[in-house]
Amino acid sequence: MDIHEYQAKEILSECGVGIAEGGLAYSPEQAVYRAKEIGGSKWAVKAQIHSGARGKAGGIKLCKNDEEIWNAADELLGKRLVTHQTGPAGKVVYRLYVEQATDIEKELYLALVLDRDKQRVVFVTSTEGGMDIEEVAATKPEAIHKLEVEPAVGLRDFQARELAFALGIKPELISHAVHTIKGAYRAFRDFDATMVEINPMVITKDDRVLALDAKMGFDDNALFRRPRIAELRDKSQEDPRETAASDRGLSYVGLDGDIGCMINGAGLAMATMDMIKHKDGEPANFLDIGGGASPDRVAKAFKLVLDDEKVKAILVNIFAGINRCDWIAEGVVQAFEKLDVKVPVIVRLSGTNVEKGMQMLKDSGQPIITADTLAEAAEKAVAERNRVANS
Amino acid sequence: MTIMIDENTKVLVQGFTGKIGTFHAEEMMEYGTKIVGGVTPGKGGQKHMDLPVFNTMKDAVADTGADASIVFVPGAFAADGVMEAADSGIKTCVCITDGIPAQDMMRVKRYMFRYKKEDRMRLTGPNCAGSISPGKCLLGIMPGHIYAEGNVGIVARSGTLGYEGASQMKAEGIGISSSIGIGGDPINGSSHRDILELFEADPNTKAVLMIGEIGGPQEAEAAEYFKENMTKPLVAYIAGLTAPKGRRMGHAGAIVSGKGESAAEKVEMLREAGVVVAPNPSELGSTMAKVMKNIT
Repeated sequence: MDIHEYQAKEILSECGVGIAEGGLAYSPEQAVYRAKEIGGSKWAVKAQIHSGARGKAGGIKLCKNDEEIWNAADELLGKRLVTHQTGPAGKVVYRLYVEQATDIEKELYLALVLDRDKQRVVFVTSTEGGMDIEEVAATKPEAIHKLEVEPAVGLRDFQARELAFALGIKPELISHAVHTIKGAYRAFRDFDATMVEINPMVITKDDRVLALDAKMGFDDNALFRRPRIAELRDKSQEDPRETAASDRGLSYVGLDGDIGCMINGAGLAMATMDMIKHKDGEPANFLDIGGGASPDRVAKAFKLVLDDEKVKAILVNIFAGINRCDWIAEGVVQAFEKLDVKVPVIVRLSGTNVEKGMQMLKDSGQPIITADTLAEAAEKAVAERNRVANS
Repeated sequence: MTIMIDENTKVLVQGFTGKIGTFHAEEMMEYGTKIVGGVTPGKGGQKHMDLPVFNTMKDAVADTGADASIVFVPGAFAADGVMEAADSGIKTCVCITDGIPAQDMMRVKRYMFRYKKEDRMRLTGPNCAGSISPGKCLLGIMPGHIYAEGNVGIVARSGTLGYEGASQMKAEGIGISSSIGIGGDPINGSSHRDILELFEADPNTKAVLMIGEIGGPQEAEAAEYFKENMTKPLVAYIAGLTAPKGRRMGHAGAIVSGKGESAAEKVEMLREAGVVVAPNPSELGSTMAKVMKNIT
């Protein structure tokens, strides 16, 4: 789960990471009022969307007076921002963060990630703040410094010092930087984060260490014990189809193609999408209905795929282990009876109770196209899609 | 011979008396797995399906002499259950549970290091379908009938795609020595490479099918291991060629977040290492059939 910059800053600040004065605004009036509250003579009005690279997309505006703040807020609120992380659909700005602008001496990069290779929390720092870390890795790898944290003892002071020195921080600011680095680690550990990225972390002209931009991502599997984080979820930043799916306990990812998919198991779902592509089709979605799906759940999943208007054919591929093919068949037939199914539906069943399931599909009298293998199912789905698209 | 589990494996079920634990214990027993009891804290001393229930894993191992366990404990408590298994002297543990926090798994891995390598429990999963040595032992939730007995090993991150591989091979007349699910989580007990090492050492395994997917470094590591150490042929398939970068595809670990984690990059690394890569997921069986023809 992702959260907004202002939310990440609030958490980091509580853990001892320095941030600039700032406040949230939902309207131009409020933005101007916030700037007055904060004080100072220069402010940044920042669009709050779940994405980095907002500056390049025009989502961050530097302002010197009330009028500029009002205009910036007026322009940004309700605007759809497109960055390389949001995809072409972009994300709509509903909240602004007004922050006191700082005079920057030096921009640095500090991140924590869960490293799958080391199976540990790893710090990644770079002296090239404000830049995309992958770009730095490609063009100036010597600027990057990495450090593993041993889970049994946590981050030690000497390690935080090592990172601070590697970032070239001057001696009189080292203890301040160590405080910041340890705070970032605490935020990561205590809230079950999967990622903390402070980019840039800046040294100001008046010798403060501040997180100027901050991003945090959290482990969905740990939200049960992090109610404070779970509460920060902002559904306006999610694809509504994905929100609807997750509310029903289904795993769904919307894609750009037009062949709808309903599959059990994440690996088989990806493989089925690959197979569609192999037969020159394009999948409209990833959808894993999970294990032990009841007919009712199958029917709900089916509706979700059908609700996507661009879908021209639907491919159902189930290899039943804990699932039962007869339940799947019952769910599909149920969906046909309840919903107005106008697109061709191809069903491939395999595994537990397959004969019973296939018989039920046949006996239903519904125009369901069946297939025995993955390849045959994908081939038929693409052929049906082409027939519909060309008619 | 098989790897990890065989007809002599004595199994304890963790989360034995729950609905899911009960259902799958029944299925496994029906397949012929030697289930010797289970653990549900607070229900020690009771009988469940005519088998003893224990409060702790230590009690259960002492009483039954079990050497394997399967974990159905819910995500919030499963890491604790795995550590309890490691502490009780269990040798092989399969964790089926989906939804374990990644930082908990990090601690599980660290905890297991307190045992010498030769005494350390082998963990597979979490978030996997389990393991099977056909005709001998089913330690998982798979439909047993799709696996024929034979001498090809399977290691897979995905459960259902592993079924697909086994059933395609069965249709080609190819059987399985053991099939091991390593699970879809970002931090797991055993990697592809760990399991390949076991298959390489198993005299009854003649070739291996590896089913990987997007995300993480484990397929690259397997490619390197194959190139340097493996004498048996390896057929691989990587799911997720159409998966967009940065999107999580169902499995917690199926996300392309960095260099070398996409399916295309993994396929290239495997090919370069000399691994035979199946061109698409419907040719897992036929690709293996071609490879087997060359070695027999």
